[in-house]
Amino acid sequence: MYSKTVIDHFTNPRNMGEMKDADAIGKVGNPTCGDLIWIYIKVKDDVITDVSFKTFGCAAAIATSSMITEITKGKTLKEAYQITRTDVAENLEGLPPIKMHCSNLSADGLHKAIQEYLRKTGRTVEDLK
Amino acid sequence: MTKQINFNHSAGVPVDEQVLKAMKPYFRQYYGNPSSVHAVGQQSAKAIANARVQVGQLIGAAPKDRVIFTSGATEANNLALQGFAYRHRRKGNHIIISKMEHLSIINTAKFLSKQGFEYTQVGVDKHGIVDTKALKKAITDQTILISIQHANNEVGTIQPIADIAQIANNAEIPLHVDAVASAGLIPVNVSEHGISLLTLSSNDLYGPKGVGALYTRKEVALQPILTGGGQEYGIRSGSENVSGIVGMGAAAELAKEQLADNVTRLTWLRDQLIKGVLEKIDDSYLNGHPTQRLPNNANIRFSYIEGEAITLHLSFQGFLVATSSACTSKTLAPSHCLMSMGVAEAEAHGALQLTLGRENTQAHIDKFVEVLPPIIEKLRAMSPLSKDVPYDIFEDEEHDHHH
Repeated sequence: MYSKTVIDHFTNPRNMGEMKDADAIGKVGNPTCGDLIWIYIKVKDDVITDVSFKTFGCAAAIATSSMITEITKGKTLKEAYQITRTDVAENLEGLPPIKMHCSNLSADGLHKAIQEYLRKTGRTVEDLK
Repeated sequence: MTKQINFNHSAGVPVDEQVLKAMKPYFRQYYGNPSSVHAVGQQSAKAIANARVQVGQLIGAAPKDRVIFTSGATEANNLALQGFAYRHRRKGNHIIISKMEHLSIINTAKFLSKQGFEYTQVGVDKHGIVDTKALKKAITDQTILISIQHANNEVGTIQPIADIAQIANNAEIPLHVDAVASAGLIPVNVSEHGISLLTLSSNDLYGPKGVGALYTRKEVALQPILTGGGQEYGIRSGSENVSGIVGMGAAAELAKEQLADNVTRLTWLRDQLIKGVLEKIDDSYLNGHPTQRLPNNANIRFSYIEGEAITLHLSFQGFLVATSSACTSKTLAPSHCLMSMGVAEAEAHGALQLTLGRENTQAHIDKFVEVLPPIIEKLRAMSPLSKDVPYDIFEDEEHDHHH
């Protein structure tokens, strides 16, 4: 059902845990639906220097959260904002079709965290263009 | 691969070796069609007649009652509801079921509602027990059938079937009982309670898959839903699955013999399991009735985490379990049983459904109680939810989801 990479990230999640001094947090999902993903980012000179997550959800939700922290670290805000759900799934060597929509929320969480950071620094997504 | 320990018996059980042995001659040696007049055919006919007696004896059937073999419990439930409804349409068009029924009952009732029938789904209390007052109230002059399960395979709750049968009998409405989850685990007796129709599954009795049976009291008439050569009293056409039926018969006989042992031994193991888990893990709760529950069932929910993730971690440790979480279902809908019992949707995601069986031992329970707490701890450390951060404060309206 799940790829080896999904199982690996589910079993040994990268960058898991609360970030006390995060510059912004992106919260997506809804516990009623069974998935809740929080993405924490630390930003310096518009580069994401650190990223972590906390997730309530199934194996796919946990693995996508872990994966996005890996592919985001060191990227500029502009680069990170272009990461999509499909990118996350491809990096995980695919997700079961039924999980593509419901548990693949980590890109949305990251985008929300970036929006939050831009808002705090008096900007919007438009300013990344 | 680590040795697998099955705590998921409600989904599937290995066929008992004695059952397999009883079935074997019916693949190559006694391959005859029971409808044939010749000796090989008649051997099969005799074997099926014997299996009918074995199954009938498990449920206390009278000699003139019928045991109709089907392709499984889903077909038996379809036959009970559709076959009865079509046959008795002139008497009325209303059927009563409960909110805890198996989907083969709920979806068949829904199907019938598109064919001019109506149905009422009676609610349950927080333990999953059918509201018998509401059942009584639901009866109208159009009601032709009541269908209530004996016990629920997911949460383990046993219904007060004697009370329910009395309500049905007083109103002179036939009662169908889905006994798939209860047969072989607790006594089931159609004659004692005056049950008119009853569904059984072979695999749940350690028989082969692909066989089931619908018991009908002798005076109960059904319209066939499969028409053809008129096998099975003309109610269920199709050449009989002889080896499967022989297997179900043997399984029923074994189940009857082992019933008392099962009740005592499994109840003890189940209680050790529930006690062990609830004592070792905070914010864990038993779903279903504390005492009126199947001897093999423990359904426990763990706050702040999701069941598929628990299930997967347990499978790495060799434990086969199921979850009530929507995340493992084909429809992504939460368990209709837990919802009917008033369990919050977010909490329902964290429910484990543990069903024990004949081969489970105390050592399995001990190992489970040892491996589970670190898994729960690991997933809770990952979750943004906790005692201080409860479920209901994160309603994200913008987020498009499956609801």
